[in-house]
Amino acid sequence: MSVVDRPLASPGYSEADSYPTHHFLNHSHGILSWALTLDHKRIGLMYLVGVMSSFALGGLFALMIRIHLWNFQDGWLSNKTYNQVFTLHGAIMVFLFIIPSIPAALGNFLLPIMLGTKDVAFPRLNLMSFYLWITGLVFFLAALSITGLDTGWTFYTPYSIDTQQGGAVLAATFGVFVLGFSSIFTGLNFIVTINTMRPPGMSWFRMPLFLWALYSTSIIQVLATPVLGITVLLLSAERLLGIGIFDPKLNGDPVTFQHFFWFYSHPAVYIMILPAMGIISELMSVHCHKGIFGYRMIAYSSIAIALFGFLVWGHHMFTSGMADVTAVVFSALTFTVSIPSAIKVFNWLGTMYQGTVSLNTPMLYALAFIFLFTIGGLTGLPLGALSTDMHFHDTYFVVAHFHYVMMGGTLVAFLGGVFHWWPKMTGRMFNDKLGIVSAIIVFVGFNLTFLPQFVLGSRGMPRRYATYLPEFQPLHQLSTIGSLTLGSGLLLALIVLLMSLVNGKKAPRNPWGGATLEWECASPPPHDNFSSAPTVGDPYDFSNIEYDGKTGGYVKRA
Amino acid sequence: MTAIQDTHIPNHEAGHADDHHHEHPSWLAHHFDDAEQQFDSGKLGMWLFLVTEVLFFSGMFCAYALYRNRNPEVFEFCSSFLNEKLGAINTGVLLFSSLTMAWAVRAAQLRQHQLLVGMLGATLGCAAIFLGVKSVEYSHKWELGLLPGRFYVPQIEGHHGAHHGYLEMLCIVPAIVTVLCAAYAVFSWAIKSTFHQQVSGPLLTAALCFFVGVFLGQYLEAQEEATKGHANHHEHHMSVQGHIDHDSHDHAAASDTHEHDHGSAPAPVAAVASSGGSSDVYVDSKELATPKPNVNKSTMAGLFFSIYYCMTGVHAVHIIGGMIVISWLIVKAARHEFHEQYFGPVDNVGLYWHLVDFIWIYLFPLLYLIT
Repeated sequence: MSVVDRPLASPGYSEADSYPTHHFLNHSHGILSWALTLDHKRIGLMYLVGVMSSFALGGLFALMIRIHLWNFQDGWLSNKTYNQVFTLHGAIMVFLFIIPSIPAALGNFLLPIMLGTKDVAFPRLNLMSFYLWITGLVFFLAALSITGLDTGWTFYTPYSIDTQQGGAVLAATFGVFVLGFSSIFTGLNFIVTINTMRPPGMSWFRMPLFLWALYSTSIIQVLATPVLGITVLLLSAERLLGIGIFDPKLNGDPVTFQHFFWFYSHPAVYIMILPAMGIISELMSVHCHKGIFGYRMIAYSSIAIALFGFLVWGHHMFTSGMADVTAVVFSALTFTVSIPSAIKVFNWLGTMYQGTVSLNTPMLYALAFIFLFTIGGLTGLPLGALSTDMHFHDTYFVVAHFHYVMMGGTLVAFLGGVFHWWPKMTGRMFNDKLGIVSAIIVFVGFNLTFLPQFVLGSRGMPRRYATYLPEFQPLHQLSTIGSLTLGSGLLLALIVLLMSLVNGKKAPRNPWGGATLEWECASPPPHDNFSSAPTVGDPYDFSNIEYDGKTGGYVKRA
Repeated sequence: MTAIQDTHIPNHEAGHADDHHHEHPSWLAHHFDDAEQQFDSGKLGMWLFLVTEVLFFSGMFCAYALYRNRNPEVFEFCSSFLNEKLGAINTGVLLFSSLTMAWAVRAAQLRQHQLLVGMLGATLGCAAIFLGVKSVEYSHKWELGLLPGRFYVPQIEGHHGAHHGYLEMLCIVPAIVTVLCAAYAVFSWAIKSTFHQQVSGPLLTAALCFFVGVFLGQYLEAQEEATKGHANHHEHHMSVQGHIDHDSHDHAAASDTHEHDHGSAPAPVAAVASSGGSSDVYVDSKELATPKPNVNKSTMAGLFFSIYYCMTGVHAVHIIGGMIVISWLIVKAARHEFHEQYFGPVDNVGLYWHLVDFIWIYLFPLLYLIT
């Protein structure tokens, strides 16, 4: 790597190891040293490249959808292609991007460093889960290129049993099965690592909140994903052997499929959002240079969300036919999830109050998260309420709602996290001004895309339609303009990150002034993370962290 | 954890977690501080994996509960096609294999390498017998047309099925494995390597055990056929039908209190009609008038066999997975790798094996012992 050979940036610099010449990126060389690595940092980076590529692919499909919907009829795609495009957009974004994005990429990189350990508990399992992810990706690409999948990302029966695209359904369900195990193994690894490898002095309540979030996420991954595994396995058996369990033609019950599917896929929503909330907890505290407000409540609320998340899957199925009592119970439980979510939002606001807020790129993404997630959360209430859901079900209102939570929430937090830890991962500072511009464009573009969709949905525009009534056209066009703006903002963010690799300044150990252990590690970290065991303190105590003009970063006062 | 404390870790090896430069023995992964941390991590990881396994099977148990609740008479009818003698033998074999597996863990802790290899070999052999018996059961059913879902062939009185050679097909892979193991055994004797002999011996024995299972299964299946006989079978079958008739009345009576919205319609028919899917099959037949629905068809019995094959099939895949891991343990055991501080792999595979056994303990009564 070229990073090694450069001279030190500042000549008057005293700490010899702050700009390390030897680190995990140049620890060993060659393709195989990456492909067969057991180092959690390299696996994390490979995941990062993988999930970002998947996101680019899914995003391309999203833009195809939006451009197709410019006119109310005769879009540039055939109706059949349109069905395949929105299916692949959903399936790729959910299974290949959002679910692995934060835990597998950022979590893998940061969890052992935040714990002050050399690696996760099972490094080989970690590498295996990456290759399972690659295998899942290959099957998805097969589904994409052979025939094209047209079932929607939910694979609802009986359509998924009857559709002509049988090969694609099989390839995609097998891909989902494999990706599920990738996710399970990551979760299992994290739980074990956090349980058995915390350093002396790091009690549960001295863990960084990002780790609490990852821990809660891992619990869901371990408990919910196997159910998805057996569901898609039965669906494959349905297509191959005609077992009939979900097939009404053979006396099976298609609604059972929906129950099985959502038993996983609702908790999976929390697999997506909980790690994002963990990132925001870190970003808020560090960039406000102030201890997190309500540490324990945030930690407990993560666990509460993980547990409540298992009891609310029925709210996806209010119109599929269920007993009235069941529907009321599911609806009531759905509202209870809003309590821990609101606890988090209020605690973040409490953290900002009287803090010294640095309005840099990661912080702007974090602020965007709070705004967008709040809108996403509040529009969930009319969807959780039985009477209004009857009207909103399967409309653009739902589409806008979950994009506010999934994209406005998880993706924006992911970007914030990537910018926040980018100096740590690569040893390079990015251009903060351009980063801020990207955050603003993403924020504006996002709202321009999805706010009109709330209006469209409440006026009755159904989701997944290739054509629509002419009166919806202005709002659809507004949304399409927004999506292009959003796309260019994301592209700018990518360019800012890549540019930093070319001409970015060398990153100091602690560029933002964080107090968690990863900032005590060199940027980028050495192969074994810590040359000697770090001392564990309060992860949100900023009282003895001060700016050091020589390195351009922060140092801990002795 | 407790096992480690029981076996007295020497202080000089375990007590220096804080000393960064201490020597790591080859069996201790570099990122763990000591043997205890490594063992605890492995064990917690395995328990979590077992949790995922339970949830994985739970989907099928749910499907079982749903459809048995909806069509109890189907489950009674179909269960009579399962040979509970074979099921009972397999239950016994698996229970015995759990004993040998637990014994293997003990042997690993006590450095009894010969005993360890023997116990792992015995566990592997039991697994092979189980699969042999299961192959007989599967092939026998396939020949009768007792297939899942839409491939189900309605059963005709006194029909014993055609010979399609399904059992022979199922034996192909085990036969190849046996030949390979035999070749390996000959090779290990030829080069006089104790290590290779210790590995090839148990593997060959286990491979042969598969055929023991097959012969045992065939013998008992033939015996069952003989006792039922042609005339007997007819009588037996009628009695099964009569039993169903009686029970569905009971169920209909009971369901009046629970499912008031179905009125006085017989529960199975009402349930089918409410599921909406295949009501066309039913409404135009005369069965609405009679309380006894015909369960001998793909939309009824077929569903039972779908669940049967899914549950036992996934279980069998877990047995095969277990056999692969146990074979890996035999290799490690023959290298004398395990001792009182490093027996985690044996312990964890043991846990997995007990779970596979445990799931079968549920499958056996739920599928075989319904009537």
